[in-house]
Amino acid sequence: MSEVSIKKIVTEPIADNNPIILQVLGICSALAVTSRLETALIMCVGLTTVTAFSNLFYSMVRNFIPGSIRIIAQMTIAATLVILVDQTLKAVAYEASKPLSVFVGLILTNCIVMGRLEAYAQSNPPIPAFLDGLGNGLGYSAILVALATFRELFGSGKLFGFEILPLVTDGGWYTPNGLLLLPPSAFFLIGMIIWIIRTWKPQQVERPDFKIQSGQPHVDAH
Amino acid sequence: MEHYLNLAIRSLFIENLALSFFLGMCTFLAISKKIETAIGLGIAVIAVQSLTMPLNNLLFQYVLKPGALAWAGLPDTDLSFLGLILYIGVIAATVQILEMTLDKYVPALYNALGIFLPLITVNCAILGGTLFMVERDYTFPEACVYGVSSGASWALAIALLAGVREKLKYSDVPPALQGLGITFISSGLLAFGFMAFSGIQL
Repeated sequence: MSEVSIKKIVTEPIADNNPIILQVLGICSALAVTSRLETALIMCVGLTTVTAFSNLFYSMVRNFIPGSIRIIAQMTIAATLVILVDQTLKAVAYEASKPLSVFVGLILTNCIVMGRLEAYAQSNPPIPAFLDGLGNGLGYSAILVALATFRELFGSGKLFGFEILPLVTDGGWYTPNGLLLLPPSAFFLIGMIIWIIRTWKPQQVERPDFKIQSGQPHVDAH
Repeated sequence: MEHYLNLAIRSLFIENLALSFFLGMCTFLAISKKIETAIGLGIAVIAVQSLTMPLNNLLFQYVLKPGALAWAGLPDTDLSFLGLILYIGVIAATVQILEMTLDKYVPALYNALGIFLPLITVNCAILGGTLFMVERDYTFPEACVYGVSSGASWALAIALLAGVREKLKYSDVPPALQGLGITFISSGLLAFGFMAFSGIQL
């Protein structure tokens, strides 16, 4: 495989075909775990690992699995990997993984995993499938890290728990925006990111169902 | 009784699966263009949730929990690491059986709900509900109540969003926000509305 297409498989999902903002996959966790950068990073690592390796392993066995039972085969591969990630987190980083609560388990039903297995690993050899999983994991991570940085920095003046902007309550100058720590703010921030990216890349804009007429006067009717 | 009522109200409004835990977002945003389809999907979620939650609860209480296998003479066994793969198996099997039963005995209902059922296996609201049930260690009756009310909370949220989106399609949205962008922002506003319930104690 040529150098160019490897690069394309990995980088395309980051901006041009981002899983969260364009394919609308894997939004649940993007909203729920982004109030702190550390939790978001753990989630990113977990999801990227599961997506990349489930793509790799499923692609290896894809020619031996009959079409009618492929969903259950995909589920089993993904579930095994999620259990591995979950148990590793509990063993290595128990305290840090606590705020993630059920969301590590939910990587299993995260649509990115199933979506990429079905859309890419199903019909491609192992190495490109692995890279595709990696790329989509990174696309997901890019959005998550951006959201979490913004929310933690402006919501509590910290990054990774270290003070960046000294708070008014501790004698500093920054008044934290408590709104950003509340869950609904993630909806607005993703909305804004979509707005920015689609203004930058207009080919991603969806067509409206109805066009609003611009109210031309009917001159020739008279 | 009061305890169960409290649990039902709490999971319906305060801990709404869609709007305060953001579970099942993919279908929530994708299938909420029309009220009728949204309600159909909502009912299917309620049905699957109220069936799988008690089943998974039995599985957790009598097989997987540390010490749960005491009845089989294995008091020290802890199988909870197998949880994920078994829960998703139960969910997939329930959905499949439900689909076949409806197809055979209630074709009218199958025609209305059939297309949504396969979608539901990978809906995170279903697996998420089960994982919350496990995390909070609910008893069997609590799991039954939680199953129905958490399913209903998701259905309520998607019906509300569909109502908003039906009106929204006549409004003049900036082109780059069209579709997905404005849906995100309106569900953010809905989630804010639901935060008003957060202080309620019964």
